[in-house]
Amino acid sequence: MNNIAIRVEDLGKQYRLGEIGTGTLSHDLNRWWSRIRGKEDPFAKIGEANDRTKKGNSEYVWALKDVNFEVKKGEVLGIIGRNGAGKSTLLKILSKVTAPTTGRIKVQGRIASLLEVGTGFHPDLTGRENVYLNGAILGMTKGEINRKFDEIVDFSGVERYIDTPVKRYSSGMYVRLAFAVSAFLEPEILIVDEVLAVGDAEFQKKCLGRMKDVSRNEGRTILFVSHSMAAVKNICTTGILMKNGELAFAGTADDIVDYYIANFSEFNPMSKVYIEAKHRPYYANRSIKYESIEFINPSENNYFSTKGAIAILLKLSSIINCDAFRVAFSVNKIDESPVGTFFSEEIFSIRNGETKDIMLSLKDHQLAKGQYYLSFSVGVGNEITGITDYDTVIQTLFFEIAYNDVANERMITLWNSEWGSMNFQNVELR
Amino acid sequence: MQWTEVIATSYTQRQEKQVLVQIAEEKRLTSPPTTSLDDSTQEWTEVIEPRTHLLDLRLGDVWRYRDLVMMFVRRDFVSTYKQTILGPIWFFVQPLLTTLTFIIVFGRVAKLSTDGLPQVVFYLAGVTVWNYFSQTLMATSTVFIANAAIFGKVYFPRLTMPVSIVVSNIVRFLIQFGLFLAVWLYYLMRGGSTIQPNWLMLLTPVLLVVMGLLSLGLGMIFSSLTTKYRDLAMLLTFGVQLLMYATPVIYPLSSIPTQYKWLILANPMSAIVETFRYAFLGSGSFQWAHLTYSVVFTAVILFVGTIIFNKVEKSFTDTV
Repeated sequence: MNNIAIRVEDLGKQYRLGEIGTGTLSHDLNRWWSRIRGKEDPFAKIGEANDRTKKGNSEYVWALKDVNFEVKKGEVLGIIGRNGAGKSTLLKILSKVTAPTTGRIKVQGRIASLLEVGTGFHPDLTGRENVYLNGAILGMTKGEINRKFDEIVDFSGVERYIDTPVKRYSSGMYVRLAFAVSAFLEPEILIVDEVLAVGDAEFQKKCLGRMKDVSRNEGRTILFVSHSMAAVKNICTTGILMKNGELAFAGTADDIVDYYIANFSEFNPMSKVYIEAKHRPYYANRSIKYESIEFINPSENNYFSTKGAIAILLKLSSIINCDAFRVAFSVNKIDESPVGTFFSEEIFSIRNGETKDIMLSLKDHQLAKGQYYLSFSVGVGNEITGITDYDTVIQTLFFEIAYNDVANERMITLWNSEWGSMNFQNVELR
Repeated sequence: MQWTEVIATSYTQRQEKQVLVQIAEEKRLTSPPTTSLDDSTQEWTEVIEPRTHLLDLRLGDVWRYRDLVMMFVRRDFVSTYKQTILGPIWFFVQPLLTTLTFIIVFGRVAKLSTDGLPQVVFYLAGVTVWNYFSQTLMATSTVFIANAAIFGKVYFPRLTMPVSIVVSNIVRFLIQFGLFLAVWLYYLMRGGSTIQPNWLMLLTPVLLVVMGLLSLGLGMIFSSLTTKYRDLAMLLTFGVQLLMYATPVIYPLSSIPTQYKWLILANPMSAIVETFRYAFLGSGSFQWAHLTYSVVFTAVILFVGTIIFNKVEKSFTDTV
């Protein structure tokens, strides 16, 4: 039994709500007095499960309560759960930033945590000085950093700027350098929190790759907190699901993601969405914009057959004249992993002040059983002339693919997520 | 297309999902990581617990992170004087201007005694020593609040931060001490003055260490308590200023009426300033007893400070 890296036993963390101020001193004295008499903390007994949506009666709340789990050496553990489920609190305790209220964590090996990259970066210091400072904060000695310095700079790709103060860096360069330092840490246990939400796509890929390398080739244990189901599925071997400060479920990474999607996903069964209020993560000038997007023949809960077409009506409006533009859409699985993308030719035109309807039918879609969502964009140009996206809206319509002819379907209900999202129909055999 | 069937199928899928959930629940119930596993053969390198022993100070950790201490010292220097034209010359400007002010206000206007010593050397000696103490104290007393962001993100022995402040102030002191030596040598060479240095000058490193540890201890106590009760930060800002007047910086101890001397000597900094001045300038009072009092006082404060600091560092992110 020597292969356990972390064992969490009855872990609990209590927070006091509201402001610290009046009353703090009296509670402190009360606590101190009962400890002197050898009694239990009078405030540890009260407190409620941490459901932030409900109004509670107690000013104390348990952000974590009775959490038990183990992580084996070399395992990559994904930690998922909604906002406020206790994921970050758990990581904070693991990385010793704050102490637990009850229980204990037994650890075998050195822990390094990346709750945020670039901790301690000083804007006035150069990239080189910051690499040394940040490395030391994360627990490396000067000798270790000396040895890895070239690799770190190489990985970050900011060699040219290494002797420039980091306040002159673009935010992308800053993050690259910061992650590079962290990527070359050599702890036995690495704790990572959502750092992958930064940097451009190419760099994100590099980071994911590095994490995989580290766990697979070097046998490190990794704890990974993420909201991206695709990333958890991709990187992790096992997972735990947190809910209101308690451990809801533990299992393999695939199980945990399926469980999460089945119970917590934000599948929205609306068959028509008005775009105006929709959040846009990317900048777009919206001179041509989406007004609404809807399924033409909606069914209950947006179920579509594995065979047949998905027909969609797009309503666009414009404040410019444009003779040739295109529309595009992409399909993602509900766990965010991408399935495919379509770009039309630039065959549409629109006048200033006009609204335009575009019918779109995805015939013979070949999508496998499962839940998906659609994202749309409208724009002009190509790689040579330069691409302009007028509007991009993500996660608009959600739909589910199901079998409509149960008796004649051989793989009914057996479609395995590992087989992918496409169920090829157009295969010629001789 | 037969939508009724689709809906029917989707209903079976919902059921299937329920089954999946049930399986998951069972898995959870059947394979909870129990604590009854064979624990004896496993060696833990670390156990994270709500409370540790009061005297578990983890000083070894601080030593392991000594590179970080030096890195912080370097950062303090580089960042303070980046984008200034005069750079480290500013180290000289501050004590010189303070001494000038003291000469005008206390020497010329108030006509306080300097024990017959040249006013420049007298005040500069006091200012050099006092500056080190007060600046270290002020900087260490805000350690938790000023570094809340970085402390909240990553663990390293929190003691490295105040220790690095003490060290970087030693460097600053040495530069200002050099200035004092230059002025002191000038008066010594010129002759005709009352300066009589003696062998007690060899005690300077000891004085420096005692002062550093005293300000470290006090700073740790204040920084720990201010995480929860900000009131103390208010107290300290003017408290340090007032304390200077309770220390023989701008006046010699000899000018204090005998019945109040104990009050001044209760201040552990008094003996240090007096010793320093006596060693280099040959006037003032020096007694081993007074110095011993300062050393003992420092040891107690340092001990208490380290314990409080270690206790607070575990939970301060929740209360800061």
